[in-house]
Amino acid sequence: MAKNLRSALRYVDKKKYLYIMLIPGVLYFLIFNYVPMYGVLIAFKDFNFNKGILGSAWIGFENFRYMFGLSDFYTVFWNSLILSFLKLLFGFPFPILLAIFLNEMRSRTYQRFTQTLIYLPHFISWVIIGGILVNFLSPTWGVLNIFLGQLGIDPIFFLADESYFRPIVVLSSIWKDSGWESIIYLAAIASVNTELYEAASMDGAGRLRRIWHITLPGIKSTIIVLLILRLGHIMNNGFEQIFVLQNQMNLGVSEVFETYAYRVGILGGRFSFGTTVGLFTSVIGLIFLLASNRVAKWMKEDGIW
Amino acid sequence: MGIRSFKDKLFDSLNYTVITIFALVCLFPFLYVAAFSVTSYTEYLQHPLKLIPYKLEFGAYKQIFEMPVLWTGYRNTIIITVAGVALNIFLMLITAYPLSKPDLKGRNVILLMITFTMFFNGGLIPNFYLIRSLDLYNTLWSLILPGALGAYNLILMKSFIQNIPSSLEESAQIDGANEVTILAKIIIPLSKPAIATFVIFHAVTQWNTFFNAIIYTSKRDLWPLMLIVRDLVVDGGGVARDVMDAANSGVTEFTIKMAIIIFSTLPILLIFPFMQKYFMKGMLIGSIKG
Repeated sequence: MAKNLRSALRYVDKKKYLYIMLIPGVLYFLIFNYVPMYGVLIAFKDFNFNKGILGSAWIGFENFRYMFGLSDFYTVFWNSLILSFLKLLFGFPFPILLAIFLNEMRSRTYQRFTQTLIYLPHFISWVIIGGILVNFLSPTWGVLNIFLGQLGIDPIFFLADESYFRPIVVLSSIWKDSGWESIIYLAAIASVNTELYEAASMDGAGRLRRIWHITLPGIKSTIIVLLILRLGHIMNNGFEQIFVLQNQMNLGVSEVFETYAYRVGILGGRFSFGTTVGLFTSVIGLIFLLASNRVAKWMKEDGIW
Repeated sequence: MGIRSFKDKLFDSLNYTVITIFALVCLFPFLYVAAFSVTSYTEYLQHPLKLIPYKLEFGAYKQIFEMPVLWTGYRNTIIITVAGVALNIFLMLITAYPLSKPDLKGRNVILLMITFTMFFNGGLIPNFYLIRSLDLYNTLWSLILPGALGAYNLILMKSFIQNIPSSLEESAQIDGANEVTILAKIIIPLSKPAIATFVIFHAVTQWNTFFNAIIYTSKRDLWPLMLIVRDLVVDGGGVARDVMDAANSGVTEFTIKMAIIIFSTLPILLIFPFMQKYFMKGMLIGSIKG
């Protein structure tokens, strides 16, 4: 034993600089990631700020029982799920198509130029995008309503109308992020063996056939990995986008888990219940991630690990 | 290639058209906002699609330059961007370097611990409670520390360092250099492209700070720019009313809002054209498997 300990110490001493360098980073993850994970216990406690997590009384699954009994909860649940599903349905394939067609461009200079433009919105905050949208869609001075006015149509208050909320969210997120998301597919396409393309053109395969038979199969594993990761976020819609587009009038469709947790937890000061809502979405996300990874493995695909 | 068939040409022209339209759609809103921040409101109402104004009007900018809230917002955002990026790069380098040593004992446990944070997090309230407990609530630190080190970028950085030929390090080791010297003298200079990419990405993230500020700050003089912008441009209530009312000098609210959008996005719009080469670099870092 003593000998083992001594050789272990000698090893650590030899590598001491490396271990010392690791200390701040490890502490960082412990404090800023693992302490909040421990903080999910708040969901099972009658949490009192002054008593702290340990001092507060256990209440078991009381908060969950309460949550599942709320009709609000089901509205929020469906809003989150529908929005997230629509984003997946329309938003997920878009960057793939974009990457494929960008890759088919013959002029590399022009390709690079267009790429730069389509990445731009990704770097702009949702607050700015929201500000632009609110003003473009405004019934008072929005450009869209000015046009409708010229056609003799009364102004429509798009953001106050529940039926427009989902299309606005889905379209604006495609507009903002699909360019950027196409990068990873472009990288995957770049690693597809070029000989396959040459052989296919020898055989007289047209562009569409090459895309279908070579490009798509070549990036299939990338698509699957990103789909799995995406499914892990099935309960998340991104706080910032929803929050800036949300208002009293569209609350019926725009309230999702992130904004709900903020409203009840931070604004309402109900820490235990807010934590419960957050924990629920994290657990569902994790289950979706693990399940979709399992399905991928079962279908003989790579999966994420 | 030989002679291109008709089908091939048709494919190309359709492809170029569609991609060009999408690229223009991405750019258009920013041009539009920029154009109408220097156009009079009356002209806008008459020609809402005319991107080149008859007469440039800088009245809106003159107005917003006199809004103290915008300047405090700017100051706070610059502080959290500079401090956030410095801390991020420092932590990332000193953590990624030891982790790039495949034979370092305990490395896999630490990597696993770091990777796990990508798939599960405590959520809003536990994070809020942490910030309150650390006494960081209503300080600029609450906008610098959370997010200062992220698992995903750290692992990319680690892979990048791992791909640096080890022969360079070994010769330095023979000369008696310790790991701190090697990191400073060999690894960091060779990692410049990766570091530059992370600097840009984290700077943009910090510049756009919004969510954390909503949760961790309630004092208006600590608000970063994006919170001020939300109040003035999106919400149009509270602070916005006072500021807008104070600014009644013939320039309408619409034009002022357009000017605020441009003013607060300007740093990103200005550095954006120079970021292109780093996208490619970022992509290459991403394609290396760890």
